[in-house]
Amino acid sequence: MSALFDILASAGLWAAVLRIATPLILATLGALISERAGVLNLGIEGIMTFGAMVGWLAVYNGADLWTGLLVAALGGAMFGLLHSVLTVTLGLSQHVSGLGVTLFASSFAYYVFRLMVPVAGTPPTITPFQPLDIPGLSDLPFFGPAFFTQTAPTYLAIGLAIALAYLIARTPVGLAIRMTGENPHAAEAQGLNPMAIRYGAVIFGSALMGVGGAFLTLSAFNSFFPTMVQGRGWICIALVVFASWKPERALLGAILFALFDAFQLRLQTVLSGVVPYQIFLMIPYLLSIVALAVMARRARVPQALMQPYRRGER
Amino acid sequence: MRFERREHRSTLLVVATPILAVIAALAIAGVLIAAAGAPVFEAYWKILTSAFGSRLSATETLTRASPLILTGLAAAVAFRARLWNIGGEGQFYLGAIAAAAASAHLFAGLPSLLQIPLLFIVGAFAGMVLLLVPLWLRLRFSVDEVVTTLLLNFVALLFVSMLIDGVLKDPAAFGWPQSEAVDAAARLPKLLARSRLHIGLGIAVVIAFLIYFVQTRTVFGVQSRAAGLNPSGAVFAGVPLGRTLVIVAMISGGLAGLAGTIEVLGVKGYVTTDLSPGYGYSGIVVAMLANLNPLGVVLAALFTATMFVGADGMSRSMGIPTYIADVTVALSLLSMLVAVFFTQYRIRR
Amino acid sequence: MTDTVLDIKNVSKSFGDNLANDDISLSLAKGEIVALLGENGAGKTTLMSILFGHYVPDTGSVSVMGQALPAGKPRAAISAGVGMVHQHFSLAPNLTVLENVMTGTESLWSIGSNVSAGRKKLLDISQRFGLKVDPDARLGDLSVGEQQRVEILKALYNDARILVLDEPTAVLTKLEAETLFSTLKDMARQGLSLIFISHKLDEVMATADRIVVLRGGRQVAERKVGETSKAELAELMVGRKVTRPVREASTPGEIVLEAAGITVRSGGVDRLKSVDFRLRAGEVLGIIGVSGNGQAVLAQLLSGTIGRSAGDLVLFGKGVGDLTVADAVSCGIGRIPEDRNRDGVIGEMAIWENAVLERLPEFSKAGLVDRKAGIAFATRIIEGFDVRGGSPTSRIRLLSGGNMQKLILGRNLIERPKILLAAQPARGLDEGAVAAVHERILEARKAGTAVLLISEDLDEVMALADRIQAIVGGRLSPSVNAEHVDAQRLGLMMAGEWGGASDAV
Repeated sequence: MSALFDILASAGLWAAVLRIATPLILATLGALISERAGVLNLGIEGIMTFGAMVGWLAVYNGADLWTGLLVAALGGAMFGLLHSVLTVTLGLSQHVSGLGVTLFASSFAYYVFRLMVPVAGTPPTITPFQPLDIPGLSDLPFFGPAFFTQTAPTYLAIGLAIALAYLIARTPVGLAIRMTGENPHAAEAQGLNPMAIRYGAVIFGSALMGVGGAFLTLSAFNSFFPTMVQGRGWICIALVVFASWKPERALLGAILFALFDAFQLRLQTVLSGVVPYQIFLMIPYLLSIVALAVMARRARVPQALMQPYRRGER
Repeated sequence: MRFERREHRSTLLVVATPILAVIAALAIAGVLIAAAGAPVFEAYWKILTSAFGSRLSATETLTRASPLILTGLAAAVAFRARLWNIGGEGQFYLGAIAAAAASAHLFAGLPSLLQIPLLFIVGAFAGMVLLLVPLWLRLRFSVDEVVTTLLLNFVALLFVSMLIDGVLKDPAAFGWPQSEAVDAAARLPKLLARSRLHIGLGIAVVIAFLIYFVQTRTVFGVQSRAAGLNPSGAVFAGVPLGRTLVIVAMISGGLAGLAGTIEVLGVKGYVTTDLSPGYGYSGIVVAMLANLNPLGVVLAALFTATMFVGADGMSRSMGIPTYIADVTVALSLLSMLVAVFFTQYRIRR
Repeated sequence: MTDTVLDIKNVSKSFGDNLANDDISLSLAKGEIVALLGENGAGKTTLMSILFGHYVPDTGSVSVMGQALPAGKPRAAISAGVGMVHQHFSLAPNLTVLENVMTGTESLWSIGSNVSAGRKKLLDISQRFGLKVDPDARLGDLSVGEQQRVEILKALYNDARILVLDEPTAVLTKLEAETLFSTLKDMARQGLSLIFISHKLDEVMATADRIVVLRGGRQVAERKVGETSKAELAELMVGRKVTRPVREASTPGEIVLEAAGITVRSGGVDRLKSVDFRLRAGEVLGIIGVSGNGQAVLAQLLSGTIGRSAGDLVLFGKGVGDLTVADAVSCGIGRIPEDRNRDGVIGEMAIWENAVLERLPEFSKAGLVDRKAGIAFATRIIEGFDVRGGSPTSRIRLLSGGNMQKLILGRNLIERPKILLAAQPARGLDEGAVAAVHERILEARKAGTAVLLISEDLDEVMALADRIQAIVGGRLSPSVNAEHVDAQRLGLMMAGEWGGASDAV
């Protein structure tokens, strides 16, 4: 028992929580906003992979870290555009084209990476984002190292979650997005262009997924390797449901999830040899499934989610 | 611009669709090859010769196609009933490890004629179970099975990794995590001597014909098609929706599990975590390329295997990353989606 | 005229080979109510979609208050003061009333939404026109009548001067409809101009100042309301004299189906509350009610797709518990579903497959489908029931609504069922097809089939039924003899006022 307590009381755990949560927050917000407009984006896993690769590659080739994030956002947006053409303009199955985008984006990322970076014994590295020193706060005992030793993108992600919560609930454009996800015909009847809104939401959301992926290579780690996203995208899709399509709850959900993850990582070292480490690694995926089962019926799904919109067709 | 449904689809168009899609995908991949500074047509030629240029390469391609036919069928059967089974990869691994474990511990010593069919059943059963869980979650809690089957792929792979690093670990493997070898009597007979090609190919093709027959001729086939096309219409006509989905899930999960079993019994003889280069995921592409037609799956699997084996060889001689195969296969999925759309709709101003 | 607010000139629009609007002109004055009368497919909705900018016309122009309206821009139509109340409401059930109304009314790029100003404006308008709503209620919690109020308020909130209502009474009770029409007249007095689309002659005569009749995409007549009659309008609308079949007197046989105290609970709500009825061979029992009052549940129960929570179902004198679809089909219950596209057919499957799907056991041997017999069965239906537009092997989606319905009727009636369950059998069909469907139902009655007719259409029920029961909030009224009631009485029954009076069965 005391071992468990020691884990929870260590500042390192809490610092890790926010670090693990950041890519989840960003990508979950991306998936959330596009689902709010009625488009499920299963391209998320591949888009995160591509963002991780292309952001890293930009920095490796001399760009600064922020430019790296921007490049990742643009890369994500590019695949968002592809997904929009397939699902919004053509109205194809959002499931299948999302999977197609994932397969394409990740294999394309690996291809480009291999092309630009020859095979080497140890993977090349970059200098990642460094923790921000916030005068006063970072020096606090426990709280300082626990919560105020993060890199800038982490604070950006948290700020973004709050901003999106406001945007969706309180602004005209948020209402327009919600209406498009609930009933695109009603949105059009009010003079809005549901197609354009869906395009915007999917592309913006995909840019966030790209940035979420890039956090892995530009802040959490310092190199890129294939399969590094490891299902985080799918977990984000589950988190959206868990959050009932609300950004503020997505923030909490991602942090809660990261807490479990950070906790199990530390528990692994405590219990190594007793319990196989694979059991711990399964926990995040199983947890996502449980969260889905608990929330799926309760959550108020956007009514037009996954329904293609064609003008004049009901 | 608007799209209008086509009233009639010509057979020619339906047959031409996947071919056009593949050509489009190859054209885009060509741009990527050119971007890498390699001569495009030579690269394509290398792919083709590396896949079929010699007896060795041709048998290798066919060996690769066998599991793809089965995972492709697994996806095609499920998708036709609108059951989005994206968990083929996990089901493949469970099928493989279940068969390996059963052969090493349960059925060791049984003659081939008895042992192999028993192992097929065990492997298929393992795949089935892994798909019935998400189906249950869907029917009971309305959880979208796409996400759950995807997540279970990771769980299944970790589970396999745990077993081959633990209770099923081969003590003779110098510490490498791999399962104990299957019983010699469980190894599938070769189709061709001095090659890796085993009877799994024949089994997969026969199953494809069998499924084609079931889907087009039987009551269950018609009912499951109705259930996929219009669930509430099917219910009104008395199709037991839940039961149909359960049977479809058992067939689909079973096929993916069987793919894993056949791969381990036919090719490697033991299980590692790199037994499958993504057969489960490629199976989805194969199914879509075949437009969910079981016979088309055989051809689509052959194409996909050609790309993978061919790109391996091409990459060695031309310095193009082998990932070009994955890119081309993913692109052909996307272009197939678009092509199918245009067989159903036409553009109107 | 100086006070013309809307001028539609020579508008034509075709979809493929189908000419939906052929050179139509229409004008509207301030404070005027014009009715657009026509059957399904006459081109009414197309014309209004052009006015509202959903479609771009092939030729012709629309001007509002003397200003030409750019084609294909709903935003422009809204800001010019055109408001549309759709038949299928354009509302989002998960959002609040205020959110539904305010969507798209503010600049998308403003940082915040002025909710309090929006609320004030909404309440002002609702007071001015007597359309009471709670701005913060979730729309999905409102009744259909209240939702329509929101739909109207939405248009008024956008400062509409011209209001178009598409079949506004299709989902309302008679009482709600009367309230609506007095509201509309009040609006016209306050200077709004209204176009309402309808095929109901009573409404049109009672409410409109002027009536424009469309038929087959063409404008066939324009009449002042004082200068025409229902009979003339009916003929103009249909283009020929249509006689619906007449019910002949008959003596009903024995009771074939009896429901006693049947309750169906789902989602924690009683959808049917202790329902009683008896159905005899050779009679038509009409169940009338406004949509959403439990008739769909009753139809599902008798179709075998849902089970009951309490009560007894007695079929041919034997208690049957819960029916399954297979039971229903095998004991000779023919079933015509309310929504033929959703439940009645599998659009992408062949006509023959749709013909045999519910009776596959009869058309299969050892689990194998007997395709030949299925095609022969479908051929018999196509010939016997005059289904046009497809062969047994073509996809059923290619059939028109009327022909699809004939096929559904055929697959049920060809085997001479003992009971026919017909839910909204003529919904959405044009006049010719309606007559054909009614004729078939009466033929079946004559042959001794017991028919349970569930309908929202008073005329249909009065024309076909021997006895009538109303369904309101899941309860079924006692039955009345069709000879002894008029539309007035049925309207009251549909509103739940059935008193104690009933005729003995």
